[in-house]
Amino acid sequence: MNPDLQGREFPPTEPYLVGREKVREFARAVFASSPLYFDVASAASAGYSDVVAPPTFAVVVQEHTLAQLLAAPDAGIDFSRVVHGDQRFSYTRPIVAGDELTATLTVSSIKSLGAHSMVTAESSIVDAEGRHVVTAISTLVVRGEE
Amino acid sequence: MSELTVGDIVAEKTYHLTRDSLVRYAGASGDFNPIHYRDDVATSVGLDGVLAHGMLTMGIAVQPIVEWLGTRGTVVDYQVRFTKPVFVDATDGATIAVTAKVGIVDDDGARIDLTVTFNGATVLGKAQVRVTLASA
Repeated sequence: MNPDLQGREFPPTEPYLVGREKVREFARAVFASSPLYFDVASAASAGYSDVVAPPTFAVVVQEHTLAQLLAAPDAGIDFSRVVHGDQRFSYTRPIVAGDELTATLTVSSIKSLGAHSMVTAESSIVDAEGRHVVTAISTLVVRGEE
Repeated sequence: MSELTVGDIVAEKTYHLTRDSLVRYAGASGDFNPIHYRDDVATSVGLDGVLAHGMLTMGIAVQPIVEWLGTRGTVVDYQVRFTKPVFVDATDGATIAVTAKVGIVDDDGARIDLTVTFNGATVLGKAQVRVTLASA
């Protein structure tokens, strides 16, 4: 892997519009049952403008930034050797349907561990007003040749 | 919520995954890596079989906390380490067990620590959920 990637910031992704049915579909897929994820009235009575997305929904938006990283011609990352090591989401506020989200990835660290490399990528996700919503941090392990 | 004590178990739940669950999550998340639904591809890259998306396990594991919280608080930080794969048998599926225990109580709320197991082995390491809690 190219060590010069460390510190690189990628261009912001195209805005992602969070759809109400997408939130419900994702919530069903993670075996969620909270009415906040499915029922607009329940979400409204808890103070939200629409259904709330589950905590790991941000991965849907983050995914677009990881695709940028893996596709970077000078990154030297072989996708078939990538294993997901760690994942973290740090929220300023929950994502709700209707949000228009933009993500910007920064490569925060690159480490070598024997034949393997570990890359930590932080994707900062902001709303249409540019206010921070969530930062999604992934550590990917790229297995070396055996 | 002031009666919350470190070491309290706030939720325990099991979930049964099938191949259908993996296909559903693939569609919902956009992660169509075939190791999550094709045995031939999974074995060709040296795996013992089709495995669940790590992000699916992570997504499920926080749900008992979400249900316990209700509208009293929100998840503000959630992290895991993927330590072992969850193999999902084509016929029998896979059952994962989640235990949520209070790790820290402070002015900001609480840290809930998750233990997530499959076939008796822990599959998520350092699985920690930071929640805010409205004062009772």
